[in-house]
Amino acid sequence: MKWYEWGPVAWTREYLNTHPRVENFFQVTTFPLEAVAKKLLFGCQTCGQCLLHENGMTCPMRCPKTLRNGPCGGVRLNGHCEVYPERWCVWYKAYHRSQTMPLLPKSWRQDMFHHHPVVDWRLVGTASLLNELTGRAHGIWPKEPGAEKKAAPAPAAKK
Amino acid sequence: MEPRSNLHKICLSGAFVVTSELGPPKSAEAAVVHKKSAYLKSVSDAANITDNQTAIVRMSSIAAATLCVHDGFEPVIQVTCRDRNRIAIQSDLLGAWTLGIRNVLCLSGDHMRGGNHPQSKPVYDVDSMNLIAITRGMDAGKFQNGEEIKPAPNFFVGAVENPFAPPYEFRPYRLKKKAEAGAQFIQTQMIFNVPRFKEFMKQVVDLGLHEKMYILAGVGPIKTAGAAKYMRDQVAGMDVPDDIVKRMEGAGKGIEDKKAKTEATREEGIKICVEMIQQMREVPGIAGVHIMSIEWEEVVPQIVQRAGLMPRPNPAEIKLPEPQVAVAA
Repeated sequence: MKWYEWGPVAWTREYLNTHPRVENFFQVTTFPLEAVAKKLLFGCQTCGQCLLHENGMTCPMRCPKTLRNGPCGGVRLNGHCEVYPERWCVWYKAYHRSQTMPLLPKSWRQDMFHHHPVVDWRLVGTASLLNELTGRAHGIWPKEPGAEKKAAPAPAAKK
Repeated sequence: MEPRSNLHKICLSGAFVVTSELGPPKSAEAAVVHKKSAYLKSVSDAANITDNQTAIVRMSSIAAATLCVHDGFEPVIQVTCRDRNRIAIQSDLLGAWTLGIRNVLCLSGDHMRGGNHPQSKPVYDVDSMNLIAITRGMDAGKFQNGEEIKPAPNFFVGAVENPFAPPYEFRPYRLKKKAEAGAQFIQTQMIFNVPRFKEFMKQVVDLGLHEKMYILAGVGPIKTAGAAKYMRDQVAGMDVPDDIVKRMEGAGKGIEDKKAKTEATREEGIKICVEMIQQMREVPGIAGVHIMSIEWEEVVPQIVQRAGLMPRPNPAEIKLPEPQVAVAA
């Protein structure tokens, strides 16, 4: 079971998804705090689907090519970026940090070797913490109001 | 297994594969593509048609590949994530299939900062790993959003890997990720540092990836001593050892005549490339070579000839063993 399938989390998600105004309130209040804190600490690009802990606390969206599955083939021999020769390659740092940083759980270190799905650009500029909770960072979106109404009468008719 | 393309057929037959690279022109001139494909047609099994390589505007990869299809030459289109989002990429792939293109190579693409339009907007909507997954998903009849395609294309999907860029320890695992995403063949960066490449291939063989994919070693001739030096010092992701540069410099030394000097240097470049191919044939897990001679396509026949890779197999004559179908009792 994934952590977001756990009862209380699932109930909170259900509540937030059915109360868009409450969700919006939290979105508006959480986002600036999260964005400022993460910007200062990790150079956050507010993609809204955080991969920090999977990459040794290094933001992959700082890569000029916004790669999310490992370094490109253009890393210089000294570990610097192809596009900005004065910068370190984000993925070079991410790999070494994820393997050597103290206190990281083993599963986080292993995440480096797993496939990460494409960016959902609808979430860019929203609070990642809240997207984790509402499940949007995992591709769980509330059904459109129209779709629900259309789907609702069908089971009733069967009864 | 039903071959997806002529290139796939040659891979399946177990022959040593030779692919080459064809750079479309920076103009609206179809004759250039026909001329280059005439050089490469009889000596290589397929050619990569580059997609605005080094972010310099050129003729579209799919258009140039279509010209190759008309010439009866097998193209491999390169698809980069730099210029198109997932809608455009998928629509282009559908179009490419209808035009007779059967091989796709998925790359992230060089950044526009190094190209001739550094002001343009980087798209990079998907990364190369997800591009492979999307293309294989389309093969299986699904768009990226999960909607059905009917009838679906059936591409032979390739990817690239650079064993010479740090972090070295991660590179084989990245290749594993690509294999898991569905890549069927791999072309590597141009190889000059053989010990480093052998070390990489050892790890790849240990992971068993050479059984899942056809790995083609990238090689290429160097034209001048200046180019060798430039590749060593300036080009990101290239590892050119000093002795290669010294050999290139030494080849033209002491020759007064300018023309003879260039000849001697070029001859040395071709010699290094042929030697590299011969060394690659010895490396376990290598299924073929990929010869990258951008803007110097006319030497490819000479290289293939001298490396002893002629004649190339004719895909029409290859008879694959019948697939063993389990018959229900």
